[in-house]
Amino acid sequence: MARIIVVTSGKGGVGKTTTSAAIAMGLAKRGHKTAVIDFDVGLRNLDLIMGCERRVVYDFVNVINGEANLNQALIKDKNCNQLYILPASQTRDKDALNLEGVGRVLEELSKDFKYIVCDSPAGIEKGAYLAMYYADDAFVVTNPEVSSVRDSDRMLGILASKSRRAELNMEPIKEYLLLTRYDPDRVESGEMLGLDDVQEILSLHLLGVIPESKSVLNASNSGIPVILDEKSDAGQAYADVVARYLGEKKPLRFIDSKKGFLRKLFGGK
Amino acid sequence: MDQSSILDFRSGTFFAPILVLYNNDLEKIEQRLQEKIASAPDFFSSSPVLFDLSELNENDKKIDVEALISLLRRLSLFPVGIRGGDPSQEKRALELSVPVDSGRSRNDAILPEIQRKDDTMPEVQPVIREAVRAPAMMITQPVRSGQRIYAASDLVILAQVSAGAEIMAEGNIHVYNTLRGRALAGVQGDTAARFFCLDLQAELVSIAGIYKTSEDLKETPKKKPVQVYLRDQALIIEELS
Repeated sequence: MARIIVVTSGKGGVGKTTTSAAIAMGLAKRGHKTAVIDFDVGLRNLDLIMGCERRVVYDFVNVINGEANLNQALIKDKNCNQLYILPASQTRDKDALNLEGVGRVLEELSKDFKYIVCDSPAGIEKGAYLAMYYADDAFVVTNPEVSSVRDSDRMLGILASKSRRAELNMEPIKEYLLLTRYDPDRVESGEMLGLDDVQEILSLHLLGVIPESKSVLNASNSGIPVILDEKSDAGQAYADVVARYLGEKKPLRFIDSKKGFLRKLFGGK
Repeated sequence: MDQSSILDFRSGTFFAPILVLYNNDLEKIEQRLQEKIASAPDFFSSSPVLFDLSELNENDKKIDVEALISLLRRLSLFPVGIRGGDPSQEKRALELSVPVDSGRSRNDAILPEIQRKDDTMPEVQPVIREAVRAPAMMITQPVRSGQRIYAASDLVILAQVSAGAEIMAEGNIHVYNTLRGRALAGVQGDTAARFFCLDLQAELVSIAGIYKTSEDLKETPKKKPVQVYLRDQALIIEELS
């Protein structure tokens, strides 16, 4: 049986798709056969981040409607043969998805794949609901600012009450916090919430902190998941996240201010 | 999806006189009952009544449950339960749509014992108040933004309550963690309800409809256990020492 991971947040623009692409690639690179599904029907982005937009023929909605089979729609990643992408439809909207159809596709994928990563759209409406409904694990992507934290909290409430696991009274979805676009300098100067503040409000198992980094934008523009940029801080942070998710112990990195470090080093004020 | 508007099960308290019988002679029972009813017709008219046979059965005096039920109904009382009957009596009562009160049967004969010996007691004395609120609702998971919890009883929450969440209880509320959302105790008007919390950072607290918003709560100590209660129509917030 596959493990179904939803990458979700409530708020938009916090890094869900970047995270979905990075962790799917990270899991596949470690030899686990992984599928990543774009649930953002109508605002398809995952294919761009994964650099496979030129190879999209059939999409998720075609599979749900029976217009194509899963093997026709799945796109094999060009960097890693253990990774497959199921793109969203750009010409439809979220109503084209339905609970039963999504369940059928996930069940079929489960036979063949070890991990299925569901890239949730923003919001708490139908698309986000369908993306999280069948999940076993949830990566809650949060930026260190109050509105993102509150939206994540709302999403956690939905995960705990409206998912399949909640409805069937099964063991609840495992929830993990992923703090993205973290800028230690701005935290130090009080412009951003610190790691401790976010943890206090959400009290969630922290899977990792991804620093604000130019490498993320560069990776998106070139269609290569940032985790493959092994020299970048964000890439390394995502590699740590994947390692921690798989049970390895890794100390947190990229959470201390460089200015603070220099100040300590030179004994400044 | 939303079926909450069709019906609700709420716990509630129900008062009924308990008729304890010491004699199985139906004629004598009828005579005595008529005297009682005549003394307080308003109280007994169409009143529900639960009858208790434990005294009779302890002394091996059998009574015909069917005859008793029809006697009660003839006197315009509504039998709503049997207590302390033997299995055949209970079965017969159930067939006549009178449910069996099994929980506290047979071993609470002490109270009627005292009452029987004191003839000067006022007529309403047999009314035994069985005020039991439903057991407290217990929540162990965090209550997240956007979630609402309603308890028809006391509410005990062991995890945090986030900003944007709403917790409500007809009785007291205990939050053994940080409260950042809205908390409403005594929502059915119980002014004796209280609210307890380990760290009060609420958006709103209310008891029996009297509330304070976070704007008014600025002065309250943070990260300290507090209790909130009503005194003279005012919310008192007090640090627990």
